[in-house]
Amino acid sequence: MIDFVGKKHWFFLISAILIISGIISLAVFGLKWGVDFSSGTAITLRFEKEVELGQLRQELADLGYSGANPQPNKNVVGEFFIRLPAISSDEYNQLKAGLEAGLDTKITDSSLYTVSATVAMATVRNTVIAVAIASIGILLYISWAFRKMPKPIRWGTCAILALLHDLIIVIAVFSILGWAVGMEVDSLFVAGVLAIVGVSVNNIVVVFDRIRENLKRGVSSDFAVVANCGIMESVGRSLNTGLATLFVIVALYLLGGVTIRTLILALLVGITTGIYSSLCIAGQLLVVWDKGEWGKLFPRLPSVKRAS
Amino acid sequence: MKKVNTGLLIFIVILFGLALWVVWPNHEIRGHTGFALGLDLQGGTRLVYSANLSMKDPSQTDAQALEGVKQTIERRVNAYGVTESTVRIMQNEQGSFIEVQLPGVKNIDEARKLIGQVAELDFREQVVGEGGNTTWVIAKAVGSDGQEKELTGTYFKPNATVVWNPTTNEPEVAFEWNAEGAVLFKQITTRNLNKPLGIFLDNELISAPTVQAVIEAKGVITGLSLEKARTLAIQLNSGALNVPLTEIGRNDVGATLGADSLNKSLLAGIIGLALIILFMIIYYRVSGLVACLALIVYAVLTLAVFRLIPVVLTLAGIAGFIVSIGMGVDGNVLVCERLKEELRGGSTLQRAVEQSFRQSWSAIWDSNVTVFIACAVLLWLGTRTVFANPTVTGFATTLFIGVALSMFTQVVVTRAFLRTVVASGLAKSPRAYGVLKA
Repeated sequence: MIDFVGKKHWFFLISAILIISGIISLAVFGLKWGVDFSSGTAITLRFEKEVELGQLRQELADLGYSGANPQPNKNVVGEFFIRLPAISSDEYNQLKAGLEAGLDTKITDSSLYTVSATVAMATVRNTVIAVAIASIGILLYISWAFRKMPKPIRWGTCAILALLHDLIIVIAVFSILGWAVGMEVDSLFVAGVLAIVGVSVNNIVVVFDRIRENLKRGVSSDFAVVANCGIMESVGRSLNTGLATLFVIVALYLLGGVTIRTLILALLVGITTGIYSSLCIAGQLLVVWDKGEWGKLFPRLPSVKRAS
Repeated sequence: MKKVNTGLLIFIVILFGLALWVVWPNHEIRGHTGFALGLDLQGGTRLVYSANLSMKDPSQTDAQALEGVKQTIERRVNAYGVTESTVRIMQNEQGSFIEVQLPGVKNIDEARKLIGQVAELDFREQVVGEGGNTTWVIAKAVGSDGQEKELTGTYFKPNATVVWNPTTNEPEVAFEWNAEGAVLFKQITTRNLNKPLGIFLDNELISAPTVQAVIEAKGVITGLSLEKARTLAIQLNSGALNVPLTEIGRNDVGATLGADSLNKSLLAGIIGLALIILFMIIYYRVSGLVACLALIVYAVLTLAVFRLIPVVLTLAGIAGFIVSIGMGVDGNVLVCERLKEELRGGSTLQRAVEQSFRQSWSAIWDSNVTVFIACAVLLWLGTRTVFANPTVTGFATTLFIGVALSMFTQVVVTRAFLRTVVASGLAKSPRAYGVLKA
């Protein structure tokens, strides 16, 4: 039997490192906002024949878009994604005509996404409100579902803490990817984040359900043992469900259209950290709370570090 | 306690048959022969306008003004010949917006001009001011009820057409006055005989022909390109917009790019599903196989519901559906794991099946409710966002329907199938359910 609860300080340490570096990344790099959030234009162009990236960049610069950084679609020859500040429809038509003339090829298909006014920024605020409402709703529901347990509010609170842990890591990963490879945060990412709220709590509830059952059965008088039993019994299910979901997600990521990449990537990261937090964080938080070890948690961390 | 549930099995088979018939793509359901596809999958243009309600007619409420704009745009788009277009009003704390979806439009710029223009047409006469400057003033005349009225396009019959002038060989818009318009036009042409009469569209002069005879029935508008004449004829027949619109965003998806996304996502979904089935069967043996059969029933049922409602499928919506398959697997994994545990604990097969469902129910229910809460909040978020709306709403809708139905199939279908397998006595050994050591 693996002692998941006994190793809680290691898990908390790993999570603390991840969360702190995530917050630093967010503070330093921030997020790279997509068209829906910041106003601007995103264009996908498919040329009739292969076009060299450098040549396209040069042509764009000649047309007055020197900041544009076209990204080739690795799966389709001659397809590029170009992000520009908001341009008008006339400018768009001129841009396409200019590229066709300059590169001596036809544009066979194109997509355009442009938001000229900043109705965009309010979306960010509403997303934060949405996550807050969802968290409160879930907190209330879990507290109600575990109402027969002693101190039901703890179960809800610990689930939300573990959830926030997952969300911060997902957002941090996008912050790092935004800086490293120009990954943008768009409305699909928002849908992904809210889906993670559901999926991640789903995992936590399954573990809590097992702990609840063991508590009812009176497995042990020590809550740490009860919690560890519950976690141990959930490992098979958590890994199997997680793997099954990841099969689909990875298939979608590798084969699916480029346009839903942000959603899929958010889910990929969120589901992975969700498995981790449900097994290694959520139940352990309950134990810490039950034993009143909040105060001890932090003084012990340095000693753990020393031991390592 | 042998549970045989022939009635339930027959019900499931009939339900599955019906669902399969609904999903089969050869017949029309609710106006579609296939799934209703969003613009991101079939290609097309989405335009979002902000409505300037401060310019509305004070006698109208905001809702009336917006509804009027919506209907005008619908008439224009229908006259332009776009099938399956949708016009929606979106209102939130950021303002009032009109979203127009035009699947498969070729000439986007023409469509944009047609839709976004107020298209208020009026007739003006020249008045000589004090300094000898001539200015255009909207022509007024006394109507049949004795009231003085301005002469505008509202008095046209809705049958304006584009015609070719036989002498100049140029396009013109021919219109007819209604009864009231004829009364006004007769007075105005009478007093402006041999003088120019200005025709203004949205305060811009389009032509100023000289009045050569007293006219009451009909007239033509000249000085237009063919494209402009066509647009104007549609606009005149559909009426002017109640309030001015500002285009705040536009999203075009090329048809082949859309089809690409659809094919790729479907392929990915099928491969993912195949992997899940393989994994479940290898790991959980008989109960895994049963769970997969239930999963297929689930997938077909969900797709049938999508067609019946109908849910407009977008990329995000397909992603939501695929995620719900993942969650559907979850319930089955919970049950299969429980079954193994019960069997390991020495239960009989029948008892183990009943226990595994009873014990898993609280986890299935509680964990899915949290997903419903997240979906409900996403749907709310969808109404708060102007641009992200189809994405967020599409994802939440399919995820919600998917998770609700997956709960149904886990509890009803998987259980009925498992009971049947157990009752049939085909697989008796615990090893067949993935238990390595009994």
